[in-house]
Amino acid sequence: MLKVYHCDLHIHTCLSPCAELDMHPQALVARALEKNLDIIAVSDHNASANVPYVLAAAAGKNIRIVPAMEITTREEVHVLALLENLSALRELQALIDRHLFGKNDEDRFGVQAVVNERGEVEDINTQLLLGATDLSIDEIVAAIHRLEGLAIPAHIDRESFSVLGQLGFIDDNAHFDALEISGRTGLSRGRLRYPELDRYPFLTSSDAHFLRDIGTATSALLLEAPTFAEIRMALAGQNGRRIVE
Amino acid sequence: MKIEEIVQALGLDVKCAKDCLDREVTGGYTGDLLSDVMGNSKAGYIWITRQVHQNIVAVASLKEHSAIILINSSQPTAETMEKAEAEKIPIMVSDLPAFEISGKIYNLLTAKS
Ligand SMILES: [Zn+2]
Ligand SMILES: [Zn+2]
Repeated sequence: MLKVYHCDLHIHTCLSPCAELDMHPQALVARALEKNLDIIAVSDHNASANVPYVLAAAAGKNIRIVPAMEITTREEVHVLALLENLSALRELQALIDRHLFGKNDEDRFGVQAVVNERGEVEDINTQLLLGATDLSIDEIVAAIHRLEGLAIPAHIDRESFSVLGQLGFIDDNAHFDALEISGRTGLSRGRLRYPELDRYPFLTSSDAHFLRDIGTATSALLLEAPTFAEIRMALAGQNGRRIVE
Repeated sequence: MKIEEIVQALGLDVKCAKDCLDREVTGGYTGDLLSDVMGNSKAGYIWITRQVHQNIVAVASLKEHSAIILINSSQPTAETMEKAEAEKIPIMVSDLPAFEISGKIYNLLTAKS
Protein backbone atom coordinates (compact mmCIF):
# COMPACT_ATOMS: atom_id res chain seq x y z
CA MET A 1 0.00 0.00 0.00
CA LEU A 2 1.28 3.46 -0.85
CA LYS A 3 1.73 5.97 1.92
CA VAL A 4 3.33 9.35 2.39
CA TYR A 5 6.89 9.41 3.67
CA HIS A 6 8.34 12.65 5.00
CA CYS A 7 11.77 13.18 3.54
CA ASP A 8 14.55 15.69 4.11
CA LEU A 9 16.99 14.75 1.39
CA HIS A 10 19.75 17.32 2.00
CA ILE A 11 21.33 17.44 5.46
CA HIS A 12 24.94 18.24 6.31
CA THR A 13 27.01 16.89 9.20
CA CYS A 14 29.90 18.38 11.15
CA LEU A 15 32.17 17.16 8.34
CA SER A 16 31.06 20.17 6.29
CA PRO A 17 33.19 23.13 7.37
CA CYS A 18 30.18 25.44 7.39
CA ALA A 19 28.08 23.13 9.60
CA GLU A 20 28.09 23.31 13.39
CA LEU A 21 30.04 20.70 15.37
CA ASP A 22 26.81 19.68 17.13
CA MET A 23 25.77 18.11 13.82
CA HIS A 24 27.36 14.79 14.71
CA PRO A 25 25.70 11.53 13.60
CA GLN A 26 23.97 10.65 16.88
CA ALA A 27 22.53 14.14 17.43
CA LEU A 28 21.50 14.45 13.80
CA VAL A 29 19.55 11.19 13.89
CA ALA A 30 17.93 12.07 17.22
CA ARG A 31 16.76 15.41 15.83
CA ALA A 32 15.46 13.83 12.61
CA LEU A 33 13.43 11.34 14.69
CA GLU A 34 12.09 14.18 16.82
CA LYS A 35 10.92 15.87 13.63
CA ASN A 36 9.16 12.64 12.55
CA LEU A 37 11.20 12.31 9.37
CA ASP A 38 10.98 8.94 7.63
CA ILE A 39 13.87 9.31 5.18
CA ILE A 40 16.90 11.62 5.28
CA ALA A 41 19.85 12.01 2.93
CA VAL A 42 23.21 12.86 4.50
CA SER A 43 25.15 15.05 2.12
CA ASP A 44 28.39 16.80 3.00
CA HIS A 45 30.35 19.05 0.65
CA ASN A 46 32.53 16.79 -1.52
CA ALA A 47 32.86 14.35 1.40
CA SER A 48 31.06 11.38 2.89
CA ALA A 49 33.08 9.93 5.79
CA ASN A 50 30.28 10.54 8.32
CA VAL A 51 27.63 8.64 6.35
CA PRO A 52 28.54 5.18 7.75
CA TYR A 53 28.35 6.61 11.28
CA VAL A 54 24.93 8.14 10.62
CA LEU A 55 23.83 4.72 9.37
CA ALA A 56 25.20 3.17 12.58
CA ALA A 57 23.46 5.82 14.72
CA ALA A 58 20.17 5.05 12.93
CA ALA A 59 20.47 1.26 13.20
CA GLY A 60 17.32 -0.24 14.69
CA LYS A 61 15.55 3.12 14.59
CA ASN A 62 12.53 3.96 12.51
CA ILE A 63 14.30 6.12 9.94
CA ARG A 64 15.94 5.46 6.60
CA ILE A 65 19.30 7.04 5.71
CA VAL A 66 20.18 7.67 2.07
CA PRO A 67 23.96 7.89 1.44
CA ALA A 68 24.60 11.15 -0.41
CA MET A 69 27.10 13.88 -1.23
CA GLU A 70 26.81 17.51 -2.32
CA ILE A 71 29.40 17.82 -5.05
CA THR A 72 30.82 21.12 -6.31
CA THR A 73 31.32 20.99 -10.07
CA ARG A 74 33.94 22.89 -12.04
CA GLU A 75 31.29 25.51 -12.83
CA GLU A 76 30.76 25.88 -9.04
CA VAL A 77 27.32 24.32 -9.20
CA HIS A 78 26.22 22.23 -6.20
CA VAL A 79 24.86 18.87 -7.32
CA LEU A 80 23.32 16.43 -4.88
CA ALA A 81 24.15 12.77 -5.47
CA LEU A 82 21.78 10.27 -3.83
CA LEU A 83 23.13 6.72 -3.82
CA GLU A 84 21.72 3.31 -3.06
CA ASN A 85 24.47 2.04 -0.79
CA LEU A 86 27.85 2.70 0.78
CA SER A 87 29.86 0.95 -1.91
CA ALA A 88 28.50 3.31 -4.57
CA LEU A 89 29.24 6.22 -2.24
CA ARG A 90 32.81 5.00 -1.71
CA GLU A 91 33.35 4.82 -5.45
CA LEU A 92 32.01 8.31 -5.96
CA GLN A 93 34.21 9.59 -3.13
CA ALA A 94 37.29 8.03 -4.74
CA LEU A 95 36.52 9.92 -7.94
CA ILE A 96 35.94 13.21 -6.11
CA ASP A 97 39.17 12.79 -4.13
CA ARG A 98 41.10 12.56 -7.38
CA HIS A 99 39.55 15.82 -8.59
CA LEU A 100 39.51 18.01 -5.49
CA PHE A 101 42.55 20.08 -4.59
CA GLY A 102 43.74 22.34 -1.82
CA LYS A 103 43.92 22.26 1.99
CA ASN A 104 41.31 23.48 4.44
CA ASP A 105 41.99 26.52 6.62
CA GLU A 106 40.12 25.74 9.85
CA ASP A 107 40.26 29.31 11.15
CA ARG A 108 38.67 30.74 8.04
CA PHE A 109 36.34 27.98 6.87
CA GLY A 110 35.71 25.81 9.92
CA VAL A 111 36.55 22.37 11.27
CA GLN A 112 35.79 19.26 9.22
CA ALA A 113 35.21 16.55 11.81
CA VAL A 114 34.61 12.86 11.22
CA VAL A 115 32.61 11.75 14.26
CA ASN A 116 31.38 8.24 15.03
CA GLU A 117 27.93 7.19 16.23
CA ARG A 118 29.02 7.56 19.86
CA GLY A 119 30.01 11.19 19.37
CA GLU A 120 33.77 10.53 19.36
CA VAL A 121 36.00 12.34 16.88
CA GLU A 122 37.58 9.78 14.56
CA ASP A 123 39.44 12.09 12.22
CA ILE A 124 39.77 15.66 10.96
CA ASN A 125 39.50 15.98 7.20
CA THR A 126 42.15 18.35 5.82
CA GLN A 127 40.93 18.66 2.22
CA LEU A 128 39.52 21.98 1.00
CA LEU A 129 35.97 20.65 1.00
CA LEU A 130 34.54 24.09 0.21
CA GLY A 131 36.56 24.10 -3.03
CA ALA A 132 35.34 23.02 -6.45
CA THR A 133 36.28 19.80 -8.20
CA ASP A 134 37.68 20.09 -11.72
CA LEU A 135 34.88 17.89 -13.10
CA SER A 136 32.16 19.48 -15.22
CA ILE A 137 28.52 19.22 -14.24
CA ASP A 138 27.98 16.83 -17.17
CA GLU A 139 30.85 14.61 -15.97
CA ILE A 140 29.50 14.61 -12.41
CA VAL A 141 25.99 13.69 -13.53
CA ALA A 142 27.37 10.90 -15.76
CA ALA A 143 29.45 9.54 -12.85
CA ILE A 144 26.42 9.55 -10.52
CA HIS A 145 24.36 7.71 -13.13
CA ARG A 146 27.13 5.16 -13.73
CA LEU A 147 26.80 4.33 -10.03
CA GLU A 148 23.00 4.14 -10.46
CA GLY A 149 22.49 7.16 -8.27
CA LEU A 150 20.19 10.16 -8.59
CA ALA A 151 21.61 13.54 -9.67
CA ILE A 152 19.81 16.60 -8.34
CA PRO A 153 21.08 20.17 -8.74
CA ALA A 154 20.77 21.76 -5.29
CA HIS A 155 18.90 24.95 -4.35
CA ILE A 156 18.38 26.07 -7.96
CA ASP A 157 16.57 29.20 -6.75
CA ARG A 158 19.59 30.54 -4.88
CA GLU A 159 21.99 32.93 -6.53
CA SER A 160 25.16 31.24 -5.38
CA PHE A 161 26.35 27.74 -6.30
CA SER A 162 23.16 26.98 -8.20
CA VAL A 163 22.80 25.64 -11.71
CA LEU A 164 20.65 28.62 -12.72
CA GLY A 165 22.99 31.17 -11.12
CA GLN A 166 26.18 29.71 -12.57
CA LEU A 167 24.94 28.40 -15.90
CA GLY A 168 21.98 30.68 -16.59
CA PHE A 169 19.45 28.03 -17.56
CA ILE A 170 18.95 24.27 -17.83
CA ASP A 171 19.35 23.04 -21.37
CA ASP A 172 17.18 20.35 -22.90
CA ASN A 173 20.00 17.80 -22.97
CA ALA A 174 20.56 17.80 -19.21
CA HIS A 175 19.81 14.53 -17.44
CA PHE A 176 18.82 15.59 -13.96
CA ASP A 177 16.56 13.29 -11.94
CA ALA A 178 14.96 16.18 -10.05
CA LEU A 179 15.64 19.78 -9.08
CA GLU A 180 15.90 21.02 -5.52
CA ILE A 181 14.10 24.21 -4.53
CA SER A 182 15.18 25.69 -1.22
CA GLY A 183 12.69 25.86 1.62
CA ARG A 184 12.62 29.64 1.50
CA THR A 185 11.01 29.55 -1.94
CA GLY A 186 9.05 26.32 -1.54
CA LEU A 187 7.41 24.07 -4.12
CA SER A 188 4.41 26.14 -5.15
CA ARG A 189 6.35 29.37 -5.54
CA GLY A 190 9.06 27.40 -7.33
CA ARG A 191 6.51 26.14 -9.84
CA LEU A 192 5.27 29.69 -10.46
CA ARG A 193 8.78 31.05 -10.86
CA TYR A 194 10.05 28.31 -13.20
CA PRO A 195 7.22 27.29 -15.55
CA GLU A 196 9.84 26.29 -18.16
CA LEU A 197 11.08 23.55 -15.82
CA ASP A 198 7.71 21.83 -15.49
CA ARG A 199 9.06 18.57 -16.91
CA TYR A 200 11.20 18.14 -13.78
CA PRO A 201 10.13 16.84 -10.39
CA PHE A 202 10.88 19.38 -7.65
CA LEU A 203 12.11 18.50 -4.17
CA THR A 204 12.38 20.78 -1.17
CA SER A 205 14.86 19.98 1.57
CA SER A 206 16.30 21.82 4.54
CA ASP A 207 20.00 21.90 3.49
CA ALA A 208 20.48 21.91 7.27
CA HIS A 209 23.87 23.00 8.61
CA PHE A 210 22.51 23.35 12.17
CA LEU A 211 20.49 20.88 14.24
CA ARG A 212 17.59 23.28 14.52
CA ASP A 213 17.27 23.41 10.72
CA ILE A 214 16.72 19.67 10.21
CA GLY A 215 13.24 19.05 8.85
CA THR A 216 12.42 22.74 8.35
CA ALA A 217 11.84 21.97 4.66
CA THR A 218 10.72 18.52 3.58
CA SER A 219 9.26 16.67 0.63
CA ALA A 220 6.34 14.26 0.89
CA LEU A 221 6.94 11.16 -1.19
CA LEU A 222 4.22 8.63 -1.93
CA LEU A 223 5.97 5.25 -1.66
CA GLU A 224 5.27 1.64 -0.82
CA ALA A 225 8.37 1.37 1.36
CA PRO A 226 11.26 3.67 2.31
CA THR A 227 13.73 2.20 -0.18
CA PHE A 228 16.01 3.72 -2.77
CA ALA A 229 14.19 1.95 -5.61
CA GLU A 230 10.91 3.47 -4.40
CA ILE A 231 12.46 6.97 -4.21
CA ARG A 232 13.73 6.55 -7.75
CA MET A 233 10.22 5.59 -8.91
CA ALA A 234 8.72 8.57 -7.09
CA LEU A 235 11.09 11.01 -8.84
CA ALA A 236 10.28 9.40 -12.18
CA GLY A 237 6.56 9.34 -11.34
CA GLN A 238 6.28 5.61 -12.00
CA ASN A 239 3.77 3.04 -10.73
CA GLY A 240 1.80 5.53 -8.72
CA ARG A 241 4.84 6.64 -6.76
CA ARG A 242 5.28 10.39 -6.81
CA ILE A 243 6.21 13.56 -4.98
CA VAL A 244 3.12 15.08 -3.41
CA GLU A 245 3.01 18.78 -4.32
CA MET B 1 36.57 48.25 -33.22
CA LYS B 2 36.38 44.85 -34.89
CA ILE B 3 37.07 41.51 -33.18
CA GLU B 4 39.95 40.96 -35.59
CA GLU B 5 41.73 44.08 -34.34
CA ILE B 6 41.42 42.96 -30.70
CA VAL B 7 42.71 39.50 -31.63
CA GLN B 8 45.74 41.08 -33.33
CA ALA B 9 46.44 43.61 -30.59
CA LEU B 10 46.28 41.09 -27.75
CA GLY B 11 47.57 37.98 -29.53
CA LEU B 12 44.46 35.93 -28.77
CA ASP B 13 44.16 32.31 -29.84
CA VAL B 14 40.99 32.00 -31.95
CA LYS B 15 39.37 28.61 -31.31
CA CYS B 16 36.24 28.69 -33.43
CA ALA B 17 34.08 30.69 -35.83
CA LYS B 18 37.27 32.09 -37.36
CA ASP B 19 35.30 33.53 -40.28
CA CYS B 20 33.22 35.77 -38.00
CA LEU B 21 35.93 38.16 -36.79
CA ASP B 22 34.74 41.15 -38.79
CA ARG B 23 31.99 41.95 -36.27
CA GLU B 24 31.98 45.22 -34.42
CA VAL B 25 32.68 45.14 -30.66
CA THR B 26 30.53 47.77 -28.93
CA GLY B 27 31.65 47.12 -25.36
CA GLY B 28 32.57 44.36 -22.96
CA TYR B 29 31.37 42.42 -19.93
CA THR B 30 33.38 40.28 -17.51
CA GLY B 31 31.64 37.59 -15.46
CA ASP B 32 31.32 33.91 -14.63
CA LEU B 33 27.76 33.87 -13.32
CA LEU B 34 25.76 33.27 -16.47
CA SER B 35 22.60 34.59 -14.84
CA ASP B 36 24.42 37.88 -14.19
CA VAL B 37 25.79 38.02 -17.74
CA MET B 38 22.32 37.39 -19.15
CA GLY B 39 20.93 40.20 -17.02
CA ASN B 40 23.61 42.84 -17.51
CA SER B 41 25.45 42.47 -20.80
CA LYS B 42 24.38 43.97 -24.11
CA ALA B 43 24.39 43.12 -27.80
CA GLY B 44 27.77 43.61 -29.47
CA TYR B 45 29.70 43.12 -26.24
CA ILE B 46 32.76 40.94 -26.02
CA TRP B 47 32.31 38.61 -23.03
CA ILE B 48 35.27 37.69 -20.83
CA THR B 49 34.79 34.58 -18.68
CA ARG B 50 36.33 31.55 -16.99
CA GLN B 51 33.29 29.34 -17.66
CA VAL B 52 33.83 26.81 -20.47
CA HIS B 53 30.49 24.96 -20.28
CA GLN B 54 28.49 24.83 -23.51
CA ASN B 55 25.82 27.11 -22.01
CA ILE B 56 28.15 30.07 -22.61
CA VAL B 57 27.44 29.77 -26.34
CA ALA B 58 23.69 29.89 -25.79
CA VAL B 59 24.05 32.96 -23.57
CA ALA B 60 26.35 34.74 -26.06
CA SER B 61 24.01 33.91 -28.91
CA LEU B 62 20.90 35.00 -26.99
CA LYS B 63 22.53 38.29 -25.98
CA GLU B 64 24.09 38.74 -29.45
CA HIS B 65 27.58 39.12 -28.07
CA SER B 66 30.28 39.73 -30.65
CA ALA B 67 32.61 37.08 -29.18
CA ILE B 68 33.73 35.22 -26.04
CA ILE B 69 37.20 35.40 -24.50
CA LEU B 70 38.27 32.59 -22.15
CA ILE B 71 40.83 33.66 -19.57
CA ASN B 72 43.79 31.92 -17.90
CA SER B 73 44.29 29.66 -20.93
CA SER B 74 40.97 27.90 -20.19
CA GLN B 75 40.05 25.60 -23.05
CA PRO B 76 36.49 25.29 -24.40
CA THR B 77 35.02 21.77 -24.21
CA ALA B 78 34.35 19.84 -27.43
CA GLU B 79 30.59 20.47 -27.07
CA THR B 80 31.22 24.17 -26.55
CA MET B 81 33.38 24.37 -29.69
CA GLU B 82 30.80 22.53 -31.74
CA LYS B 83 27.96 24.77 -30.58
CA ALA B 84 30.03 27.93 -31.09
CA GLU B 85 30.86 26.88 -34.64
CA ALA B 86 27.18 26.23 -35.36
CA GLU B 87 26.03 29.49 -33.74
CA LYS B 88 28.92 31.44 -35.29
CA ILE B 89 30.17 32.79 -31.95
CA PRO B 90 33.95 33.30 -32.04
CA ILE B 91 35.73 31.96 -28.96
CA MET B 92 39.24 33.21 -28.23
CA VAL B 93 41.63 32.09 -25.50
CA SER B 94 43.97 34.38 -23.58
CA ASP B 95 46.60 33.36 -21.05
CA LEU B 96 45.88 36.50 -19.02
CA PRO B 97 43.58 36.66 -15.97
CA ALA B 98 40.22 38.44 -16.25
CA PHE B 99 41.40 41.68 -14.62
CA GLU B 100 44.25 42.19 -17.09
CA ILE B 101 42.46 41.19 -20.27
CA SER B 102 39.47 43.35 -19.30
CA GLY B 103 41.74 46.33 -18.69
CA LYS B 104 43.50 45.93 -22.01
CA ILE B 105 40.25 45.63 -23.96
CA TYR B 106 38.77 48.58 -22.09
CA ASN B 107 41.77 50.68 -23.12
CA LEU B 108 41.53 49.58 -26.74
CA LEU B 109 37.82 50.37 -26.94
CA THR B 110 38.04 53.76 -25.23
CA ALA B 111 41.20 54.88 -27.09
CA LYS B 112 39.49 54.33 -30.40
CA SER B 113 36.35 56.36 -29.74
ZN1 LIG C 1 24.78 23.86 -1.57
ZN1 LIG D 1 24.08 21.85 1.21
